[in-house]
Amino acid sequence: MIHSVTFRKMKNRLMNFIMLACTLAVLVPLGLIFFHIVKMGLSSLSLDFFTHIPAPTGEAGGGMANGMFGSAIMIAGASLIGLPIGILGAIYLSEFGGTRVSNVIRFAADVLSGTPSIITGMVAYTLLVVPMKGFSGLAGSVALAMIMIPIVLRTTEEQLKMVPGSLREASLALGVPFWRTSLKVTLRSALSGVLTGILLAVARIAGETAPLLFTALGNQFWSKNVMQPMAALPLQIFSFAIAPYEDWHKLAWAGALVLVTVMFALSLTARYFGRTKQAR
Amino acid sequence: MEIDARSSYCSNETETKVASVTARRRPTQDTKKVNGDYVFRCLTTLFALSILAILALMIYEMTGESMPAIKAFGWKFVSSREWDAVQGNFGALPYLYGSVVSSVLALLLATPLSIGAALFITEVAPGRMGAIVAPLVELLAAIPSVIYGLWGVLVMAPWLQSTVQPFLIEHFGFIPLFQGAPYGVSMLAAIFILMIMVVPIITSITREVLLAVPQSQKEAAIALGATRWETIKIAILPYGKSGILGAAILGLGRAIGETMAVTMVIGNAPNISLSLLSPAYTMPSVIANEFAETTSKLHASALMEIGLILMVVTLVVNALARLLIWSVSRSAKGGAA
Amino acid sequence: MNNKVQLDQVNIHFGKTHAVRDISMTFPENSVTAIIGPSGCGKSTLLRSMNRMHDLVPSARVTGKILVDNGDIYDRSVDPVAIRRRVGMVFQKPNPFPAMSIYDNVIAGYKLNGRLPREEADEIVESCLKRVALWDEVKDRLKSNAMMLSGGQQQRLCIARTIAVKPEVILMDEPASALDPISTLKIEELIEELKERYTIIIVTHNMQQAARVSDYTAFLYMGDLVECGETKKIFTTPEVKRTEDYITGRFG
Repeated sequence: MIHSVTFRKMKNRLMNFIMLACTLAVLVPLGLIFFHIVKMGLSSLSLDFFTHIPAPTGEAGGGMANGMFGSAIMIAGASLIGLPIGILGAIYLSEFGGTRVSNVIRFAADVLSGTPSIITGMVAYTLLVVPMKGFSGLAGSVALAMIMIPIVLRTTEEQLKMVPGSLREASLALGVPFWRTSLKVTLRSALSGVLTGILLAVARIAGETAPLLFTALGNQFWSKNVMQPMAALPLQIFSFAIAPYEDWHKLAWAGALVLVTVMFALSLTARYFGRTKQAR
Repeated sequence: MEIDARSSYCSNETETKVASVTARRRPTQDTKKVNGDYVFRCLTTLFALSILAILALMIYEMTGESMPAIKAFGWKFVSSREWDAVQGNFGALPYLYGSVVSSVLALLLATPLSIGAALFITEVAPGRMGAIVAPLVELLAAIPSVIYGLWGVLVMAPWLQSTVQPFLIEHFGFIPLFQGAPYGVSMLAAIFILMIMVVPIITSITREVLLAVPQSQKEAAIALGATRWETIKIAILPYGKSGILGAAILGLGRAIGETMAVTMVIGNAPNISLSLLSPAYTMPSVIANEFAETTSKLHASALMEIGLILMVVTLVVNALARLLIWSVSRSAKGGAA
Repeated sequence: MNNKVQLDQVNIHFGKTHAVRDISMTFPENSVTAIIGPSGCGKSTLLRSMNRMHDLVPSARVTGKILVDNGDIYDRSVDPVAIRRRVGMVFQKPNPFPAMSIYDNVIAGYKLNGRLPREEADEIVESCLKRVALWDEVKDRLKSNAMMLSGGQQQRLCIARTIAVKPEVILMDEPASALDPISTLKIEELIEELKERYTIIIVTHNMQQAARVSDYTAFLYMGDLVECGETKKIFTTPEVKRTEDYITGRFG
């Protein structure tokens, strides 16, 4: 059956409209979430939020200073563990790769990055919390590192592979040992892309909650010892959001605004690094 | 003389007299005794292998810790709906049911929306608009799940309870899916929040798949006098079919493993109810709620077994998705060559 | 004249491919030797074996002897890194380090290996840039990025970088093939000057270039050494018919 041109044009217009509607349906809830975070967050945010710890139940005020501090410490710890493994592992894959072992490692990284983050929390629990007989910020860092490693590994490998072989050859032909060539020429040339990957990985673990539930556990008070249970911003947002107090909900919104702002700042910085790289 | 170039490169031997034949000054290092390249190679290999070790450890711990529950309950674990920490009887059926229903329904809602949006961004929207919407969608995919949960429990659930659910009960109450009282936190809330969360993921991957469709395919259709929609239908969609399916399955993997947002809005009641309005429970949610405060070894082991099931399911789902997406990008490369 | 580099039954394999077959020849000190032949004849492969660049390719296998000052560079006790400081290399496409300035590129061989005192660095940069006739063109912008230079300037910078580490032998892999005629001429003049201090081995597919710059010429075909000897003789009275066909442009 052959349709008339008018019918076909009508149908085309209808489908275009449906696709536009889909796009709006995708963007509207996300816009709403954004709107509420900004609106509720701004109205609840105060200087206290950054300087105080949560107030005892029933008392007004308080902040999430301990949570932000704990998050920063645990992210730093996770980076300390995860970055060397991710970056040196990526150097192995790109500079010594091409073997069956490297394919197995890539596969392992893919499996790790696809595993639900709550599982890494359970594993860190059995590996660290049980033997050490207590929840700790350290266990939280390890759980976060396990999420960070595959991301850093794959992005760094991709960036290193984009460095032209002629640069490696130039350095080697000057009598520079391979290890110095890898670090000072190859990694150095890929630096902006590697940084982008690191920032994205940090942004990702900054918002992770599930792996901290049975590792860092959370803490209502100042916790500066990584061997003790430690507060974290996402954990506080979670526990305050499901609590029945209006005050706590407000703090949760403020926390959400801070978390989203930090994450967007990290993503934008990452994009900036990525872009300067392309411009060159 | 025959040398395997590779092994000689990292051989641990010191430098020779040959290097010092001439007395002229050269870059430093000639006198170093340890071969840095050998150390470097070993070090990077070690770090790379540690990733393998982490995965092995993960699988070992998960299976090892699940063993008591597997031995105690066998296959009954996945068919029983009894979850009694006091009596020590554990069956995971309500959690399996909740996970499957919430993620599959969320996916059924999210996929068409995502395909429509991705098509709009890549094929219909004027260039600049696509350039704005695409990074926006990717940025939104990075919002942490606890924030979706916060919005879900404080904004969406009350709205569902006051507006959507009474409406459904009144007008569609004759369908079992919409029977019961409006709770707010419910299976329906979980489905909605999961849908909102996986849409950006499926959209951005679908967009990449669509961008990989060769221009020649589109031009062939346009040259035949096809309208834009007809071009999409006869040239673009068939080409990207398996890649789009892969994107959807990747979204499924993400939805099944999603913990925080679902835990906050699903109501956490181990029901198996046909009604979408009643509270339910999922595998990650029960782990999140109970694992830190288990009452017995068997209780912990039962939760571990749920974790193991979750891990295996997401592994299979992700592998399938990757295989599909990979097949598209490979055929796209093959077509271009 | 002293033979700086000697090849003794050199064979190079890549996996199952036999790229270079049983080549034996010598390279006299302070002379320029050109290796010519149609593309794919193994001339670059042979060149790269002389400073062990093939070590980086897992499938590559080099057998036979390559002697520099009568020492086998493939001996188990020899560090390839030390060899590469004695045998420098200039590549087909100019490859300055993009993240470094002109100044840093010249002393890259030192910088990448550690530190170098300031005065010594200044001295090396000036003398090397002068020797490649680049000093006057860049002396006012030594700190600017090396990628700002033209292709010909970049290649001369790469040669300066190579001679900065004071090698004895310089391998050149079609060093002018990516350059314009004027830059090519400058590179050729430079080669003429450099041979007073170094032993130069140059791969080229440009026969006029080989005839102009080299003292000796070796003709490779399909991995075999067909003929080698003084350039004048190779280009006027070759002994082998195939050499004659090639240099007169009848094939290749």
